[in-house]
Amino acid sequence: MTVDRSFRRFLVVGFLAAMLVAVVVSQFASSDPDGLEYVVEDEGFIDQAREHDLADTALADYGDGFTGNSALDTTVAGLVGVTVTAVVGWGLFRLVRHRHLDRAT
Amino acid sequence: MHIPDGVINATTSAGFGAVAAGGFGLAVRRTRDTLNDRQVPMAALTAAFVFAAQMVNFPVIAGMSGHLLGGVLAAVLVGPAAGMLVITVVLVVQALVFADGGLTALGLNIVNMGVVGAIGGYVVYRVLRRVLPDRPGTVATAAGIAAFVSVPLAAMGFVIQFAIGGTADVSLGAVLTAMLGTHVLIGIGEGVITGLVVGAVMTSRPDVVPGVRPRAAVEV
Repeated sequence: MTVDRSFRRFLVVGFLAAMLVAVVVSQFASSDPDGLEYVVEDEGFIDQAREHDLADTALADYGDGFTGNSALDTTVAGLVGVTVTAVVGWGLFRLVRHRHLDRAT
Repeated sequence: MHIPDGVINATTSAGFGAVAAGGFGLAVRRTRDTLNDRQVPMAALTAAFVFAAQMVNFPVIAGMSGHLLGGVLAAVLVGPAAGMLVITVVLVVQALVFADGGLTALGLNIVNMGVVGAIGGYVVYRVLRRVLPDRPGTVATAAGIAAFVSVPLAAMGFVIQFAIGGTADVSLGAVLTAMLGTHVLIGIGEGVITGLVVGAVMTSRPDVVPGVRPRAAVEV
């Protein structure tokens, strides 16, 4: 691997920054609907939206109601979400890259 | 910006699911040929960061918030094809783990944010890079402006999907006006965040950003 130490440090700092955003900054996020949801509500067709098929799973709606403490819910969602996204992303890109190496040999 | 199930009919959703799958396949093929060793962890980190940033809804107008889409951010940091894959990973995790964005609407959302947002926004970024003077800050400035434009572009994706298969009897003109008006405002936040993050990466590790000439890399 050509991943040198300073690049590794960059990756660690970046990952910690992502965690900081997901766990701490997210505590201050607005709970108002985002643009699309706002328009769908405002134009009067929010009733068309079905409940999510996985609405009853543990971390649905970013852990809302998971622990009964909304700050803790958001913390769990942030920790799990950043970790899972990084692992799935790493796995996918490793796989894609691996196929490239296979072809090259 | 995540479309729930039911707002766009099943046939249209399935059609866009096929478009998203085709785009995913093309992006994998292209990424396979262009990705280097460093970009594997870089792309994973970008996905994690975009997920994190999307958790932070910022207030826009009374009663409405916005959040980063991250398409241009990802495309600038890892290239357009890998950027599309980054957004797809984020959307899949959000839909499957956090029940955010409908399962049948996944294709619609991947097309809007991953294809239109990331790749469409990247085209704007490339044009700006060519037009703007080649100074150290240009990469971040071009990324910020392209990110701003990418949000109403992605919103137009939804308007087109609504025109094809919207389940509500609402005038298309009203949806178009409302989507554009709100997402131009959200785009300002997208542009600021993208410009700041790309600027921070350009300051610390310009060599990881694709399409940045070595001269610019040693300047900082």
